[in-house]
Amino acid sequence: MNGFLANAILYILAAIICVPVAKKLGMGSVLGYLIAGILIGPYLFGFITNEGQGQDIMHATEFGVVMMLFLIGLELEPRNLWKMRRLVLQIGLSQVLVTAALVFGIGLLLDVQWQISLAIGLSMALSSTAIVLQSLKEKNQMNSPNGKLSFGVLLMQDIAVIPVLALLPLLIAGDPVPAANATEMHGLIDSLPGWAQTLSIFGAIGIVVLLGQFGFGPLLNWVAKSRLRELFTAAALLIVVGISFLMELVGLSPALGAFLAGVILANSPYKHALESDLEPFKGLLLGLFFMAVGSTINFSLISNNASTVISLTLGIIVLKTVILLIIGKSKNLKVTSNLTFAIGLSQVGEFSFVTYAFALQLGIFDQAISDTLMAVTALSMTITPVLLVLLDKVINPAITKTHKISEKEMDSIDERNKVILVGFGHFGSTLGRFLRANGVEATILDADPDRVDYLRKMGFKVYFGDGTRSELLHSAGARDASIIISAIDNTEYSIKLVELCKEEFPHLEVMIRAKNRYDAFELMEMGVKNIYRENLDTSIRMGEDVLKKLGFRAHTVHRLAIQFRDYDERSLKVLVNYKDNKDEFISKSRQQIEIQESLLSGELMRKFSVNDHTWDSDSIKEAEKTDKKS
Amino acid sequence: MRKILVLFAHPKFEHSKVNHALIQAITGLENIEIRDLYELYPDFNISIQAEQEALFEAEVVIWHHPIYWYSCPPLMKQWIDLVLEFGWAYGPGGIYLKGKHVVNAITTGGSQEAYQHAGLNKYSIEDFLRPFEQTARLCRMIYLSPFHVAGTHKITTSELLQKAESYKEFLVGLRDVADLSIYQNRNDLSL
Repeated sequence: MNGFLANAILYILAAIICVPVAKKLGMGSVLGYLIAGILIGPYLFGFITNEGQGQDIMHATEFGVVMMLFLIGLELEPRNLWKMRRLVLQIGLSQVLVTAALVFGIGLLLDVQWQISLAIGLSMALSSTAIVLQSLKEKNQMNSPNGKLSFGVLLMQDIAVIPVLALLPLLIAGDPVPAANATEMHGLIDSLPGWAQTLSIFGAIGIVVLLGQFGFGPLLNWVAKSRLRELFTAAALLIVVGISFLMELVGLSPALGAFLAGVILANSPYKHALESDLEPFKGLLLGLFFMAVGSTINFSLISNNASTVISLTLGIIVLKTVILLIIGKSKNLKVTSNLTFAIGLSQVGEFSFVTYAFALQLGIFDQAISDTLMAVTALSMTITPVLLVLLDKVINPAITKTHKISEKEMDSIDERNKVILVGFGHFGSTLGRFLRANGVEATILDADPDRVDYLRKMGFKVYFGDGTRSELLHSAGARDASIIISAIDNTEYSIKLVELCKEEFPHLEVMIRAKNRYDAFELMEMGVKNIYRENLDTSIRMGEDVLKKLGFRAHTVHRLAIQFRDYDERSLKVLVNYKDNKDEFISKSRQQIEIQESLLSGELMRKFSVNDHTWDSDSIKEAEKTDKKS
Repeated sequence: MRKILVLFAHPKFEHSKVNHALIQAITGLENIEIRDLYELYPDFNISIQAEQEALFEAEVVIWHHPIYWYSCPPLMKQWIDLVLEFGWAYGPGGIYLKGKHVVNAITTGGSQEAYQHAGLNKYSIEDFLRPFEQTARLCRMIYLSPFHVAGTHKITTSELLQKAESYKEFLVGLRDVADLSIYQNRNDLSL
């Protein structure tokens, strides 16, 4: 199998087959990509002939990680990042140092040369940003306690890559290989003296911050004015690639630089546009990256040294899990979230591939060690997602069951809300607040990530996402809910939602906000019974107040208003039958208005004679008069 | 000078000539507060707090309403149901109305004669007002004889002006007269 197109077809096909299957089985996309990679790799179907090819792809697609961190930065405002500083420093640093020290110690105990042990320890301390963040995002756990801890640890690890790469050359005393030739991670400035290197590093970060504050905004603005969508995408790519280049030039982690730029742009009005433009690139690159990891797993090496590789892999997973469990415990994580946190971060990460390669070039590792470590790393990256699936499906539910009495039951209750509220703008938020004020917690879905973020901070259980996607509704508990509300001001969207519910959740009571009469017609034709025209009640209420200010009696106006609304709703039900016949529609609609007018004027003229005889003495007076006459 | 609170309940006040005249006659008098319940609570959502505060201030309370089907309009009943709370108006600790005077000021389409044993309605107006009387007693209030405007269907303008004037005098009396026992157990309700 050669040639670009053939390869492209191969990768895409494998992904298309494996990822949906993995997701159906509840395993998340990461594991799906990894399995796809293993399948097409040299040891199973052999579409990819050697793991070197896989590694090439891996290096190329590592850029997906950079993009992911840029996107994550976009969702994190500088203020919030500053709030995380203690988390990153305490939790992250202790994880990196303790793990590295323990691996180093074990290495020494096993009589491994100390330089090798230290290099291994430092590499193994890192976890996979790509795998962990991708799974957290998929499970909507970025803002959960374990999600925040995980993110803090990963951020520290990304920072730690820099000193680790700086430290490795020092391990070979006396005969340092010129770093500039050793790896692409080190750039132009290595020939400079130490102080100049430090200066240029700070200079580069300064450039990123300055560009982020003052450069990117005008650039994007200028490009956006051209109204060419692809040009905007290109500009977005330019920002990310440019920063990566700059960071590599001074020997910093590109992911870190991109993250920084993202954070600075988090307040920019182009935030959402950047996100939606880069999202597919990130997704594809990451997918390819995971597949490449899968394809590099050297099964022949594993089978030849089965005991070594497997015991090393399990050993490092167990070691990292234990350390992370202790850290999680110290931060008061619940048992279930702590397990998710610890096992989630227990693999060895993609940056380790870089450090292995660097150590190999420096001569610290020989080829055999490097190969084994590569296999261990790739294997650990495959095993942890499997463990997480087990954890989510089997272990955590069991723990929650046994701990039911001792632990708060909050989680299980609010996960199974009877009401799903789609859209939390002005309309939805009022509705949601009213429900909440009466003790009804709705599961809220909103497609605006900003709003979702904000509302989560306010303590609302809001999920980001498009309410017309059936998976999202599934995860929001549509199966167990009894009512779904669409509070979106887009009727096309509501119609999609209605169709989806008809198909997949016929048991749900559907309640829809409609913009106007005509949208209401459409919804009525689809058989929706509960339709709420957004202007009806407000305008009538306003009319009520106008009449009161003109001197009408409040109670009378109140009754008139209720009756007016009823007439209006009723007339709508009549009109819907004539909607398609235009001529008839117009005349009918005129007729309805006439009915409404006559009913209402009748109300006032005849003093509620329609239904208020009790309060009306005129007819009694009339009767008494005729009595006398006769 | 006592404080008088008139609780007025008429669902269709704009069409009641009689009650317009009555209310007009007592509007703007010192120490006489009129609370127009149907205007305050068009949706029947009575503010218990506001009503109890008004009651607390008053020494004499007037339930002013037309008689419909031998009783008060629904909002007046709603007012009684909601505002006269257990533990506030009656029952243990329900001492806030104790010793206050209360009186019905009512209008009926039927004549004085209709509200007699031999008449169309068979019972006297006092008989029909028993629930109010007993309500007052349970709240340890002093129930005074009602002010009754009868035969509103046939009332002439001059009769109405006279009625309105006597309603005003009645309230001024309740406000100023030293001994209110003269208003108890009166026979001539039209004054």
